[in-house]
Amino acid sequence: MPKWTMVQALNNALELELEQDERVLIFGEDVGLNGGVFRVTDGLQAKFGERRVFDTPLAESGIIGTAVGMAVYGLRPVPEIQFAGFSFVSFNQIASQATKMRLRSGGVFTVPLVIRAPFGGGVRTPELHGDSVEAFYMHMQGIKVVIPSNPYDAKGLLHAAIADPDPVLFLEHMKLYRSIRQDVPAERYEVALGKAAVAQEGSDITVISYGAMLHVALQAAELIAKEDGASVEVVDLRTISPLDEATIAASVSKTGRAVVVNEAPRAGGVAAEVIAVINEQCLYSLLKPVARVTCPDTPFPVPSIEDAFVPTAVRIAAAIRETLKP
Amino acid sequence: MQNQLDDRIIQVLNHEGEVAGELPELSDDELRAMYRWMVFGRVFSDRMVALQRQGRSNTFAPLTGQEASVALATALQPDDWFVGSYREILPILAKGVPPLAMLETYKGYIPTQYSREAHTLPIQIVLAAQMPHAAGLAMAIKYEGKPHVAVGVCGDGATSEGDFNETLNFAGVFKAPLVVVVQNNGWAISVPRRVQTAASFIADRGPGFGVPSFVVDGNDVLAVHKVMADCVARARAGDGPSLVEMMTYRMGAHTTADDPTKYRPEEELAYWKPRDPLLRMRMYLLSKGLLSNTEDEQMHEAVAAEIQTAVSALDAMPPTEPSRLFELVYETPTPQLVAQRAALQDIGD
Ligand SMILES: Cc1ncc(C[n+]2csc(CCOP(=O)(O)OP(=O)(O)O)c2C)c(N)n1
Ligand SMILES: [Mg+2]
Repeated sequence: MPKWTMVQALNNALELELEQDERVLIFGEDVGLNGGVFRVTDGLQAKFGERRVFDTPLAESGIIGTAVGMAVYGLRPVPEIQFAGFSFVSFNQIASQATKMRLRSGGVFTVPLVIRAPFGGGVRTPELHGDSVEAFYMHMQGIKVVIPSNPYDAKGLLHAAIADPDPVLFLEHMKLYRSIRQDVPAERYEVALGKAAVAQEGSDITVISYGAMLHVALQAAELIAKEDGASVEVVDLRTISPLDEATIAASVSKTGRAVVVNEAPRAGGVAAEVIAVINEQCLYSLLKPVARVTCPDTPFPVPSIEDAFVPTAVRIAAAIRETLKP
Repeated sequence: MQNQLDDRIIQVLNHEGEVAGELPELSDDELRAMYRWMVFGRVFSDRMVALQRQGRSNTFAPLTGQEASVALATALQPDDWFVGSYREILPILAKGVPPLAMLETYKGYIPTQYSREAHTLPIQIVLAAQMPHAAGLAMAIKYEGKPHVAVGVCGDGATSEGDFNETLNFAGVFKAPLVVVVQNNGWAISVPRRVQTAASFIADRGPGFGVPSFVVDGNDVLAVHKVMADCVARARAGDGPSLVEMMTYRMGAHTTADDPTKYRPEEELAYWKPRDPLLRMRMYLLSKGLLSNTEDEQMHEAVAAEIQTAVSALDAMPPTEPSRLFELVYETPTPQLVAQRAALQDIGD
């Protein structure tokens, strides 16, 4: 089995989709000859031609708005927004159009659309390249939000997203693009949307996260195992919307303690929603209040101070220790 | 006064209903059918306003004075796509969406009457946001190598939105089989056209995007049909998009919730009244012997009866079940939606 980075796994998924389904089109800024600024679409235009894989005018609302029309027509557009922070320029087309067509037409017109966009801190990018935007889209009705944490899931989730009959926002953490290699089957497979995974089993406390923070949570779990001798269960959400409430509840009911980690700012975030779910479903199993570790409610920090803001294994470990106290 | 007609404006009938330009190729039956649609638009709009006044329907945007818009649909084939907004009800109906779909929408029901076969998107309300969908449909048509076109329509106010301009740009770059139409009716609620752009014509935007553009007398249904037929033919032949600016006038209020006497000079309405598109087409048909006053009256009665049938069908319809909303968020409701629907029903019972 090939050992692939997330970039390679995603590229392979897109290649398979283009191969098996004439309706799949890839477009956006620099996705053609250049293969995307992170090379996720590398070689696809050469293989499938400019009809299937093409550059567009530099206009995010136009990219998503035309994609909505193509999806209604019956194609399977997979547009790329160069950085998730620029999805704000296309926010209206997502919030008021892609996600509302099904209702507006009484179910006659649907929008099978996958929007791919990189994001995430820790790579010293200029402003708005690193922002975690998932909470805006989690609040939005009618779009699913996926954030893979590893190459295997990335490929399987992207296949599932393209097969899904409704809009999906597929967010790719830049730090994970090349930092992990994994065995990835070369053939098509799906990782179901809306299903979390237990990344590491444990019995004393549950840490819930996703994307790049999942790996920081795993480091914190290792630290706690070594230094405190406690057993940490780590849950990888994989899909942010809809949340896999059953997996969250099962784990927290078992351990009785939870820490939720997201890289995005705190207020109204994914961690807040996960904690609400825990309150609704397992309050009586809880031995301590649930903690959350997040970025503060500031704009995403400039590169020189980034490390002081983005959650670290040490900060997560501190929250775990506090929550483990009797 | 804005909307002053000038040489650049394509006309077929002058406002006395006399032939002033080259007639489009339309049979007598087609001419009568076109006029019947215009009557339909006038009567339908008046009826919708009446229903709103009686508390039987919600806010409605009258189309009075803009009945030549039917010609945005008459040059289209069944497989061509039409994308408009609330002021384009008439071409939407003419394209094959049943009147009941409009009645349901304005009643505040979830629509049940749309069909793919009409190839017409439902009305959406974020100004100009429908325009890139029309471009995307046209790009998809081209991708599949089909001999069809798409038409996207918005108002003069909507042309200030980014989506309008991005639509022209995408359509131009991808040579999409698209006709972009602006119904310039002089007003965006209370804001006059001159506040939207310093250019003399909105159509002047076209050349900047490499898109041929045309200005047409938007109260001259034959001129609108002719320009549309030409643009549609160009698009169908693979020659790319066009921009059409219809010079028309909103003779009524913006909506049933609006009072135009607050902002609209009376002389302006007086100028436009004799330019009523319905009058003009009627005068033409009368002069050609294609319509008599009796036939005209009969046509009005038949149209009113047809609309009454739709209103009665609406009255007989069961109102939208609240649970229906949960079925239209995703193809398969998420576990969250299933639980929320059940919770809502528990409280309701
Ligand atoms: C994005 C957006 N902003 C504001 C509104 C509120 N609004 C509804 S209609 C309208 C005026 C539109 O004027 P125009 O585009 O000329 O169309 P017309 O009503 O004249 O047909 C406004 C401001 C809206 N629907 N969408
Ligand atoms: Mg207007």
